Amino acid sequence: MTSIAISHPPYEDAALRPVVNKAGLIWWSIFLGLSAVIAVGLVAYGYQLREGLSVTGLSQRISWGFYISNLVFFIGISYGGAITSAILRLTNAPWRAPLVRLAEAMAVSALLVGAVFPIIDLGRPDHMYHLFIHGQVGSPVLWDVVAISTYLAASLLFIYLPLIPDIALCRDRLAKTSGALRRAMYRVLALGWHGSDEQKRVLNQGMTALAILIIPLAVSVHSVLAWLFGVTVRPGWNSTIFAPYFVIGAMYSGVATVILVLAAFRWAYKLEDYITLKHFRYLSYMMLVLALAYLYFMVSEYLTEGYKLHESTGALLELVLLGKLAPFFWLFVVGGILLPVLVVAVPMTRTIPLLALASLAVVLGMWLKRFLIVVPSLAESITPATKLTIYTPTWVEISITVAAAAAIPWMLMLFFRFFPIISVFEMEEAAEAEVHRREEILRGGN
Amino acid sequence: MNGENPGREAPQPPAGKVSRRRVLGGVGAVVGAAAATVIPLATIGLPSTRATETPTAKRQWGMVIDLRLCDGCEKCTKACQKEHSLPEEHTWLKIVEVPREGGSYFFPKICQQCENPPCLKVCPTAATFKNPEGVILVEQDRCIGCRMCMAACPYEARYFNYEDPIIPAGALDNPMPEFPVPQKKGTVGKCVLCVHNADKGKLPFCVEACSMDALYIADYNSDVMVNGSGHTHQLSKYLYENDAFRYKEELNTSPRVWYIAGHGQDYFEY
Repeated sequence: MTSIAISHPPYEDAALRPVVNKAGLIWWSIFLGLSAVIAVGLVAYGYQLREGLSVTGLSQRISWGFYISNLVFFIGISYGGAITSAILRLTNAPWRAPLVRLAEAMAVSALLVGAVFPIIDLGRPDHMYHLFIHGQVGSPVLWDVVAISTYLAASLLFIYLPLIPDIALCRDRLAKTSGALRRAMYRVLALGWHGSDEQKRVLNQGMTALAILIIPLAVSVHSVLAWLFGVTVRPGWNSTIFAPYFVIGAMYSGVATVILVLAAFRWAYKLEDYITLKHFRYLSYMMLVLALAYLYFMVSEYLTEGYKLHESTGALLELVLLGKLAPFFWLFVVGGILLPVLVVAVPMTRTIPLLALASLAVVLGMWLKRFLIVVPSLAESITPATKLTIYTPTWVEISITVAAAAAIPWMLMLFFRFFPIISVFEMEEAAEAEVHRREEILRGGN
Repeated sequence: MNGENPGREAPQPPAGKVSRRRVLGGVGAVVGAAAATVIPLATIGLPSTRATETPTAKRQWGMVIDLRLCDGCEKCTKACQKEHSLPEEHTWLKIVEVPREGGSYFFPKICQQCENPPCLKVCPTAATFKNPEGVILVEQDRCIGCRMCMAACPYEARYFNYEDPIIPAGALDNPMPEFPVPQKKGTVGKCVLCVHNADKGKLPFCVEACSMDALYIADYNSDVMVNGSGHTHQLSKYLYENDAFRYKEELNTSPRVWYIAGHGQDYFEY
């Protein structure tokens, strides 16, 4: 078997550059800027811990707000990152190698952020352990706890497995230049990897198994999140299509986030040679399909409910489609679905900056949509007890939400100071497969 | 409208007759017993849930609210809030003014003490439970404040303690779910049907305070209902003769609170 006999292929250098090089001024200013935003969020949460949920804009009628919207949103984009990577692995898409690491790292950091929100939302976080000693299997809240923690474990493994050969690479190549602590970390995490055929075989088996496993896991997590709402009788939530509706929404926002992260890190870490327009186009096709699928679910939901126009549902639809919240809803429809679809559909606009911009619109739009799913159903009372209740988030909720969003790039920046930003192992495998393929063609031709 | 409105059926609190509920309950018991023999392994190690206990006590509490009499004075709400040291926005019993052509009428909205309570099913820690007398209570020490029950309750009868509770003089350190005073910050509270009063032979505070005699406390087992002035009726007969209905009957929550309509309103208006 021939292999490309280059000791340090260029992608290896590119992947290790952020690990080897000292952080520059730009890196530090962005990192510290994000840290400051996160610090404000932490202060806000500290304040909330001391004062209780009274510091939020929540009320007796609107008892879930920003935090639950954030839970659905962040877990959703995490799901998108994991599923993108898993699907590309399973379909053996040869172009996936430069982007799976970024997608998986985004998935894990978004999940870490999302998983915190149920705790932030608790009235008594100090009693959270009651979930484990008194847990009721019939409660959707418990389903969430189980699903999210299982998914967290699986996605950590999912990013770790293909990382092992790369950690071994760091261990070997950076032995002289890194400090004792860092060397020890690489040595332990590399698990004695030396690249034998047997090791590669086992690793590839494990990766395939995890890629298969992570898809139903991620589907289940988001279905369970949907059932948090779907098991109630509130108008708007009382729906049988909520689970797939949420899953598609998660994938849609997730692929958009992957595109956004790719664009940002490609620019910041000078990966133009590896992450190319082709990657953005392929991913944006996925996004296009998911946008239409989401639109389909949304129309199906609103049309069937709007046609029957049950009393309470009618009031809700009026509020969202025509009333006070209509500007937000139509902003989502136009900015979060129609415009991004146009950008992807028209060949002329399929450029990296425009695709990144479209993805940003999708991500923001999907947050808005999640908010429009959570809050209006509570705002519209289902008894004649109260008229429409208004929810105004406080600085505490806004700070914590912004901090959560900042924590994702923050974690990614930190992560790629220690681990290669491109999966060197998979780039190698892809290169070898390519050589193999060409040989086959040549042999077949003769 | 085709078919009979379930609210029109003669209400049948257990009175020794074979009711549909009893038959279904019997079927449920058989299925349950079969399931219990098949899947005991699955339940080993799971925390026991009081939620599934069948009420077996001597009394089975319910309530009757006569809409013909309510004049919206809110004495009930005020008495409840005073006795339970509740803030103004915690209206365990809320008088709702429902507008209608040529005026309005009053609708006392209270926890419906469902026999099939959505709030209880979704509680992740079994902080919400049904006591042996069929009353839905919250053990606030156990509540983690996730507010899933508030989202699930079709009657919006649950209230979250955002602020520090009002602590009355002589308050207990560790109040019982039957008399959760003071409330605990960060947890959910609701109407307790004053079961602590029943133990002392007293009426619920709201029933006692109602100057229009519109509120009755009822016991399914002895088939009796009584209001603040001591007017007593045979429960099943009174419900039948006055066309009693239950709030959102179609949800199959099976409330233990019965309403007597009186202002020409039909059952779909609530």
